[in-house]
Amino acid sequence: MKILVIAEIHNGTLAEDQTSKTICAASELSTVDVLCASSNCDQAAKQLQSIEKVDTIKVIESELLSENLAESYSADLIELLKEYTHIFVPSSSFGKNLLPRIAGILDMMIVSDVSKIIETDTFERPIYAGNAIQRVQSKDKIKLVSIRTSNFNSAPSGGNAKIEKLSINIQNKISSWLENKVQDNDRPELTSAKVIVSGGRGVGSKENFAVIEKLADKLGAAVGASRAAVDSGFAPNDWQVGQTGKVVAPELYVAVGISGAIQHLAGMKDSKVIVAINKDEEAPIFQVADFGLVEDLFKAVPEIEKKL
Amino acid sequence: MKILVPVKRVLDYNVKAKVKADGSGVDLANVKMSMNPFDEIALEEAIRLKEKGVAEEIIAVSIGVQQNQETLRTALAMGADRAILIVASTDVNVDIEPLTVSNLLAAIVKKEDPKLILCGKQAIDNDFNATAQMLSAKLDWPQATFASEIDLDKDNCKVTREIDGGLQTIKINLPAVVSVDLRLNEPRYASLPNIMKAKRKPLEEMKPEDLAVDISPRLKILETKEPETRASGIIVENVDELVEKIKKNAGRN
Ligand SMILES: Cc1cc2nc3c(=O)[nH]c(=O)nc-3n(C[C@H](O)[C@H](O)[C@H](O)COP(=O)(O)OP(=O)(O)OC[C@H]3O[C@@H](n4cnc5c(N)ncnc54)[C@H](O)[C@@H]3O)c2cc1C
Repeated sequence: MKILVIAEIHNGTLAEDQTSKTICAASELSTVDVLCASSNCDQAAKQLQSIEKVDTIKVIESELLSENLAESYSADLIELLKEYTHIFVPSSSFGKNLLPRIAGILDMMIVSDVSKIIETDTFERPIYAGNAIQRVQSKDKIKLVSIRTSNFNSAPSGGNAKIEKLSINIQNKISSWLENKVQDNDRPELTSAKVIVSGGRGVGSKENFAVIEKLADKLGAAVGASRAAVDSGFAPNDWQVGQTGKVVAPELYVAVGISGAIQHLAGMKDSKVIVAINKDEEAPIFQVADFGLVEDLFKAVPEIEKKL
Repeated sequence: MKILVPVKRVLDYNVKAKVKADGSGVDLANVKMSMNPFDEIALEEAIRLKEKGVAEEIIAVSIGVQQNQETLRTALAMGADRAILIVASTDVNVDIEPLTVSNLLAAIVKKEDPKLILCGKQAIDNDFNATAQMLSAKLDWPQATFASEIDLDKDNCKVTREIDGGLQTIKINLPAVVSVDLRLNEPRYASLPNIMKAKRKPLEEMKPEDLAVDISPRLKILETKEPETRASGIIVENVDELVEKIKKNAGRN
């Protein structure tokens, strides 16, 4: 068994939470190598070095890798991947974009969104927006696995991995990066936050979303949203929680003005404690909430914020 | 320009999946089936490109059971010009893996020579999120996944993608595969006259053997089970009570 974890790196910056949890998951099977493929990897490689159970960090540097275009995983890099029996990536937009392309080139299947590792070739993954859990066994020579990071812990530190710089020819003549529109804010990342406050269509407008954000800031929380809230332009796309948005499992998830459609529940029902505020006592969100308050959000939320 | 749109027949998104008691899978007998919502969005985009005069022909392809004909008739009613059905199973409970789907689609692409393939980003049944990427790899074409905006030119295409941090815009050469996200457009409903017209549009049927594609699965499904259910909670009386609960459970970030 030889395992490679592909680190998620954006233009030299390591996505630490996603990568660490993926390493932790993969290392349930054995020690792992980590691939650092980006434009400048020094900082990321150093951060990864101290993670327990990491054996060797393989560094490949190229400008063409900085924005994670899957086409830059060209022939020579694919050759390197063939040395492994398992390849793990986080099931983030990075991993979802990349892994199936690698699989297509290798003519192998993927096992995506793995929530539990059973054996070297057997994994559990949610299907139907989490309404069923499937246990599958891969017959492929290389197991290509993406990890649902909300189901795993961060990897402990205490390692002392080797760093190996590889000179591999990277090519990409068919796609190129133009720009990123990334909103900066001081709040914690949605996927690693301990507390999340999410707003839905009930919030009513972009301006009103300030009510949600104020409560979130009081709690030091990340802000999430339902698809309806994002589609209506109340919140940016990267706040969406759900089957097709982010999957989160914080200590506390506060759903405000969200009805609780299965597609939304798929992204948050593994949260430890769920609080729901909705004026409709029949809203399905109350079926998964530990604590529910039937109340108009514009009355309840500012009051809660004041009293915290 | 010819556009290919693969469409999958899935359990309708409004229906809650029920796991069969014997652990063999999700019950798909006598339940409402529909076109995968993401594929509807892909098809809508293709139709709009045709309406703008950018695309000349739209071919919808479905892979699965004989009943996928209905899905293709819907696609034709929405505005696809013709349809191809690849019957890869006789059992509605068999899900064809994305790798197989991409191999079959690649074979169709060789015959039809489209310049653009618009796919849904994931199927809401198996939630794999893989067909577009695998297909683009098979064809050695560029891919643009999770598209929320597509700006098509003669030889290339600018695509805005929904990624974890926000939005990313990339440029890909044509021919290409684009997988679409929810916010790209809102699909139309087929009108009654168009539903009638669709019955006369060509629908060709094939088998995987006709395309010389091996469809044996790579994953063995050992078991399908119910997820763990949450213990039922309580409705609190007032804000003060809720504040107490929040304080108790909101460990600092
Ligand atoms: C393919 C597909 C994928 C999807 N993926 C996702 C996904 O990833 N994430 C997601 O969230 N959804 C997703 N959806 C959409 C999902 O089905 C629901 O439409 C969506 O979650 C509804 O959002 P909502 O709860 O905010 O809106 P609604 O269902 O409209 O609910 C609004 C709620 O607010 C309450 N409300 C209104 N006003 C107030 C007030 N003043 N005070 C208190 N409460 C109030 C109402 O009682 C209601 O319960 C997907 C759908 C499809 C088809």
